[in-house]
This record gives sequence, C-alpha cells and structure tokens, in this order.
Amino acid sequence: MATVRIPPVLRPSVGGEREVQADGETVGEILESLATAHAETRGQLFGADGELNRYVNVYLNDEDVRVLDGLGTPVAEGDVLVILPAMAGGR
Amino acid sequence: MASRSLANRPCSGRYEDIVAAIGHTPLVELKRLSPKPGVRIWAKMESFNPTGSVKDRVARALIEDAEAQGLIAPGQTILEPTSGNTGISLAMICARRGYPLRVVMPDNVTPERTQLLRMYGAEVVYSPGGQGSNGAVAMALEMAQADPSYYMPYQYGNPANPNAHYNGTALEILDELDGEVAAFVAGLGTGGTLMGNGRRFKEELGDAVRIVAAEPMQGEPVQGLRSLDDGFIPPIIDLSVLDRKIFVTNRDAIVWTRRLLDDEGVFAGVSSGAIASIAVRIASELDEGNVVFVVCDDGWKYLSSGIYTRPVDEIENLDSTVWW
Repeated sequence: MATVRIPPVLRPSVGGEREVQADGETVGEILESLATAHAETRGQLFGADGELNRYVNVYLNDEDVRVLDGLGTPVAEGDVLVILPAMAGGR
Repeated sequence: MASRSLANRPCSGRYEDIVAAIGHTPLVELKRLSPKPGVRIWAKMESFNPTGSVKDRVARALIEDAEAQGLIAPGQTILEPTSGNTGISLAMICARRGYPLRVVMPDNVTPERTQLLRMYGAEVVYSPGGQGSNGAVAMALEMAQADPSYYMPYQYGNPANPNAHYNGTALEILDELDGEVAAFVAGLGTGGTLMGNGRRFKEELGDAVRIVAAEPMQGEPVQGLRSLDDGFIPPIIDLSVLDRKIFVTNRDAIVWTRRLLDDEGVFAGVSSGAIASIAVRIASELDEGNVVFVVCDDGWKYLSSGIYTRPVDEIENLDSTVWW
C-alpha cells in the first residue's frame, strides 16, 4: 500500500482528494490501481501506448521514476508517489 | 623594480568589455557541507557573472549564435520568456549590442527582477503568475507568432543554450579538477545547464560521473493548469543524460539557501540552496570524489522576500512565488 499525492489538475477526477491509497509493488501497478478505482484518471495518466503520459511526472518519494526504472520501479510499503504536471522551470 | 606575483594564479583574466568577462567563474570548496573526508564538494560560482547569474553565459550564446547565423542585426527587437535571470542577462547584452528587448515574465516573481530588467533598458510584459513559467512561454510564443518582426532566441529550445555550457562551464570545471568529477548537480529549468555540462562530462568521463538534476516542486498555487495537456517539457531536455532527477520543495530550498550563507558564507539565490541540498545528499552516497554543483545566481534579487533574515515559517507567499 502506497500513498499517492494528487495534483490540483487531477483532483476533480478523484473526488477532490489530495491523496489516495493504492495497492501495488511497482509504480505501474499502483497507477493501474488508481486508474481502476478512478476511471477518469486513466486517460490523463497513460498514453495510448500504456506508457506514462509525457506531461505527467511521477516521483517515488522525491525522485522522478522516468530516470529510475519507469513504471517498473519497485515501491515499498509506506512509500509516497507524487504525481505532478510537467511545468516549465528555468529562468 | 621588484617582481610581484599573485598568490593565486591564474587570476580571472582581463577582457575587452563586460560581455567578454562572462564565465571563468571561481570553483569554491565547501568543506563544512561535506559529509565525509574523502568527498569534496565544490560550488561553481556562476553568481560571479556580470549580472549575477549563470544566464549570462546562455544569453551571450543566444545572441552571438543568432548574429553568426545572420538572423539578427542591431535594431532588431528581441522577445524572450523568462522568470528573470535570462531576461536580465539578455537586457545587459542587448543594451550593449543595440537590440531592443521585450521579456515576458510571470507577475509573481520577486520585484527586484522588474527593477533590474528596466535598469538595463528592457520592456517587461507580465504573464499570469498562476501559470508559472508555462504561462510566460505560452504568451511569448503567441506574441512571436502574431508579430514576425520579433526575433525570439527561445532558450527552452535553442541548442546555443546547452552549448554555452558544453563549450564553457564544463571545460572550466574539468580543467580546475584535472578531469576528476564524480557527480555534477545542477538545477533543471530550461535544461541548458544539465544538458550541456552533462553531455560533456559523459563524453569525457563516461559512467564514472553521475549527472543529477534538482528541480523545483512547484507550489500548488503555481500549478494553475486547466489540464495536463497544458504541461510543458523544454525541447532541449533529453532525460537519458540524467542519472537522477530529484525535486526539492520551496521550503527545503530556502532552508538550504540559508545554510549556504550561514555555514559557508555563500550568498546565493533560492535554486542554489535546493541544488546544494541534493549535492550533499549525493555526496553522502559516495565514498570519495569531487561533487560539483552550480550556484546559479546571487541573493540580491531575493532580499525583499526576507528569506535571509526571517524564519522560514514567516515567509509570505512561500508556495505562490516562482522562486526559480
């Protein structure tokens, strides 16, 4: 069981919750649980190819999973997944 | 006459004008931040550039590259989205080279930035702060599309941005450390610093070097997207160059900005605090070697926010300000 933090742009799709609990042993399994429980999130989280939507960043605790093992990144009990929209930084 | 010699050579050189003096910044060891004796932490002091930020390198490269390609000549109006530093650097260079400059900037940056931009002669167009830098990028792209008389260097998509580091910053670091760099940590914004330095270090050092991105965790008030399709990934970013990518909250960034000041006497901007926090974390995972991180800018532009003197809990608009 992991905690998933939901960004403001996705909250309407999860009944307004700021965070939800989801089961799974990998990032992909947890996001799949989320998309099963809240169907409106599926099209926003995943592209047609089943990979992460390119404008979604998912962090395991504070590290971007795309630079770890992507959807296959293992998740331990008590970990936090943070979903954030891709925002411009830079100056 | 008795000969006199410098205690530390080389000194930082002599230059034909202020634009030529960009770069050649000091590399300073921060011993108090190092978690173990065998790991040395070095700050690349980009805050020593003429306008006080790493973006001087980028702005000079953007302008000189466009000139070399014949895309601009004096009198041409330049347009650029920025949350401050690139605009300030462009403003200084454009004023010297005869280019009027218009910058698009979120309206929730610290007020010093507007003053600096106007001081150097730039015109400021504000974008909605709630959309963060995404809003500035979108507005500038629309303006450029509607009026072809603008030339937009577009730091987010222009290879001259990373090339300024590939051909500059990275070579300076390799030279100073005799090619021994175990990890390089920088902020992820446009991606220029990380891509340019990262590519050079990977080419020279292969997998022996780790390239680590620290990125801002944008506060919820600046995540004002209507949908995820409004998201933005700078075109110059190639994630395959990175070994780690770690976010830092505004709160931690400010706590570490204060640590740089209090422990090491380094007066730096907020992103540099964030980057320092990740550099120390990476250093704690190594047994030996040099960890280099970038001090992107100095602290002058943030004074009005009170971050250097007030407790972090008393800082106003912590999450609704675009700090970096």
